[in-house]
Amino acid sequence: MTTGKRIGGNVANFVDERTGAGRALKKNLGKVFPDHWSFMLGEVAMYSFVILLLSGTFLTFFFVPSQEEIIYKGNYAPLSGLSMSQAYASTVDMSFDVRGGMLMRQIHHWSALIFLAAMVVHMMRVFFTGAYRKPRELNWVLGVGLLTLGIVEGFLGYSLPDDLLSGTGIRIAEAIIQAIPLIGTYVAFFLFGGGFPGTIFISRIYTIHVLLVPGIILALITAHVLLVWFQKHTQYPGPGRTEKNVVGFPLLPVYMAKAGGFFFIVFGITTFLGAVASINPIWLYGPYNPSQISAGSQPDWYMGWLDGLVRMAPNWETHAFGHTVSWNILIPGLIVPGIMFTGLALWPFIESWVTGDKREHHLLERPRNAPTRTAVGAMALTFTMVTLINGGNDLLATHFGLSINQIMWFSRIGVFVLPPIAYFVTKRICLGLQHKDRDTVLHGRESGRLVMLPSGEFIEVHEPIDQYARYSLTNHEQPAVVELQLEDAHGVARPGSVKEKIRARLSRGMYGEQVQKPTEKDLLELEDGHH
Amino acid sequence: MSDTHSGHENSGQQSSTALSPLADPGLPPHVYRRADTEPRAAKKAEQQVAILFGLSAASTIAFIASFVGIKKDVFVFVPLFGSTQAQQLALGITLALSLFLIGAGAVHWAKTLMPDHEVIQDRHELRSSDEDRQGVIDVFHEGAEAAGLGRRSLIKRTLLGSVGLVTLTPILLLRDMGPLPRKQLETTNWAAGRRLVTDPDGKPLKASDLQVGAVAHILPEMPEGSELTLNDLVKDAVIVVRLRPEDLNLPADRKDWVHEGIIAFSKICSHMGCAVGLYEQQTHHLLCPCHQSTFDVETGAQVIFGPAARPLPQLAITVDSEGYLIAKQGFTQPVGPSFWERSS
Repeated sequence: MTTGKRIGGNVANFVDERTGAGRALKKNLGKVFPDHWSFMLGEVAMYSFVILLLSGTFLTFFFVPSQEEIIYKGNYAPLSGLSMSQAYASTVDMSFDVRGGMLMRQIHHWSALIFLAAMVVHMMRVFFTGAYRKPRELNWVLGVGLLTLGIVEGFLGYSLPDDLLSGTGIRIAEAIIQAIPLIGTYVAFFLFGGGFPGTIFISRIYTIHVLLVPGIILALITAHVLLVWFQKHTQYPGPGRTEKNVVGFPLLPVYMAKAGGFFFIVFGITTFLGAVASINPIWLYGPYNPSQISAGSQPDWYMGWLDGLVRMAPNWETHAFGHTVSWNILIPGLIVPGIMFTGLALWPFIESWVTGDKREHHLLERPRNAPTRTAVGAMALTFTMVTLINGGNDLLATHFGLSINQIMWFSRIGVFVLPPIAYFVTKRICLGLQHKDRDTVLHGRESGRLVMLPSGEFIEVHEPIDQYARYSLTNHEQPAVVELQLEDAHGVARPGSVKEKIRARLSRGMYGEQVQKPTEKDLLELEDGHH
Repeated sequence: MSDTHSGHENSGQQSSTALSPLADPGLPPHVYRRADTEPRAAKKAEQQVAILFGLSAASTIAFIASFVGIKKDVFVFVPLFGSTQAQQLALGITLALSLFLIGAGAVHWAKTLMPDHEVIQDRHELRSSDEDRQGVIDVFHEGAEAAGLGRRSLIKRTLLGSVGLVTLTPILLLRDMGPLPRKQLETTNWAAGRRLVTDPDGKPLKASDLQVGAVAHILPEMPEGSELTLNDLVKDAVIVVRLRPEDLNLPADRKDWVHEGIIAFSKICSHMGCAVGLYEQQTHHLLCPCHQSTFDVETGAQVIFGPAARPLPQLAITVDSEGYLIAKQGFTQPVGPSFWERSS
């Protein structure tokens, strides 16, 4: 036995005798994970969070979270002699005077954008494949919580440097808080330590940004991953894969190497972006001053939809009994986002109520085989895209020489009209793909080979597909519509309750239209016909 | 693990001919990689992995060299990205390579040399057995019974009461985070006779300083010794525009708030408080860059587009004995975004 092995053995013995870790490790190191490229999207989000923790810790060593006004005397000449907060000055200093400081700032900002983007795309994967179905509804809700916190955390983070752009963002957030009926003014005064901007909010949001929110995010990520561990990962349907098994590769060594390696790949790519792609050059924006503004003020992309909503809102305001209610702020700033995120969190429960499906699901569904869900997802994405586009309406107008008023009206109308169109089109596409699958199973795939028959007629040869492909195209479920029970068990007519009627109607919408997948009978009849 | 088995061992038993056409044929036969069957290919893959790791180490050494060796004031021109600080760029690219190559090596290793036989594990229902559930209920009841939770209602009630009350203390403790709003949102530094001075130079203005079509960013002149803070700027900032007097079309009660076509408005947007900093000279429109609310100067900054609900408050101005522009009175309504206590 080498010295290394002996020391390793002793350490392992020490830990195991005190924790019993061996038993747990033996059980878990060989745990099997299914493999698919789309399963790495969540990994990207998690690794980005780790990168954020690492780069963020570095930034705290140089950032001064204070709004004390100083006169800039640093090395960046264009700002020389200007009055600015210490927060702004220290951010400029760390960018120009600390070796690797600019790099770390840009890595931090880029990985925040990637963190949010990866969460959104991961969520789309989970949604469109139905991975959130029982028993994973709780993990979906945790995910919605993580997305919400991620947005808040990102917004607070880019507000810290106290530059003109982010200060404008904070001003808008303050206006939203101030618009809350009854308590808004008081909440705003407490948060900002008096009137806006005050001298305390940077140090307050600093604590929230570096301690409170990351702590909660870390706890939620832990719970999120532990649930995946205990519930075992979902897998795509296919030959050999069932609701009762997990087919894939063991944690050790394959996933350890792949996932560990992938962390370094994500880190490497983020660092490359941080090295070459300038992001948030605050020295160009200047320090925050509430009487100044720059044209083309834009939030980061994950806040863009909210800004787009606020921009397109009609200018309604109610004055009554000596009070003011700003619908132009409350509706786009609080009510619509509230509905969006509540709906997102409740979706698994809504779907399972409509379908009446209370079984466990570990096999994913192909989006085309759940046309209504896919269409609902496309509808929600279209809504968000229109608001996001409107969030950049000023840039669109200047870059493409368009009228900003026309873009705004396009968005105001489009936000109502385009989502239903997306729903309808997506559903048709899904049903069309179901048709194609049915054809492929029954008549084989197009081989691209044209043959001339003795009669002179040209036909394309169709090649039959093998059993594996056939199974892949036909193993999905096609649930029946939940019908309204108009008679009870004894055959006595009973009026359906309103709730039941709504459900029957939604269920018809969900399952009423499906392309019947081929049955064995279809196949056998077809074969008989050929012989 | 007892419930783990190799995925391919039983796939041979199920010959597909015996099955009905749509039955599950099991996992497809395993396809071996070149490195599984040819020792030379495996050797080559091993070398590739080692090269990737080696290049990563070389890149880290380059990182150290850039950290120590490149001066901060050296700039290089990179096509596409422009002029960049050489050290930051070198540090970034070498670090990116060091990290990426470790990852690439590990993934290449996993893909070419580590086992790629798919493994099957069984799933078990997550639900606990009925006995376990009953057991939990029993333990819970026993515990509650032993503690006398059901019988000693006095304890239960006082406990709930005291816990409920103690949770209120944070609300009290947070009270001193800020002062009460009182009239702060409704007051500014503007008052009758206060001169309009330019932002940021602080020079007083005469009507003759402004041509027709000119725009000026204005703050109130403060008495000697007092300076405007950011909290003042957020309420006091004013934008002044000069039009031809005949272009103005103001409500009757505001006709004399203007001096020779010079008109002043709060620069703080009535929507969400951004600075309304864009003036379009041709159309006499003021535009807020945040949410594109557009105000028509001719009609007294009425909203003609966008989400703002109220016109920008107008500041009545005139000239003093020396000919400098002054405020005739303070703002007659609160400036900036709406709030609950606002009455109109």
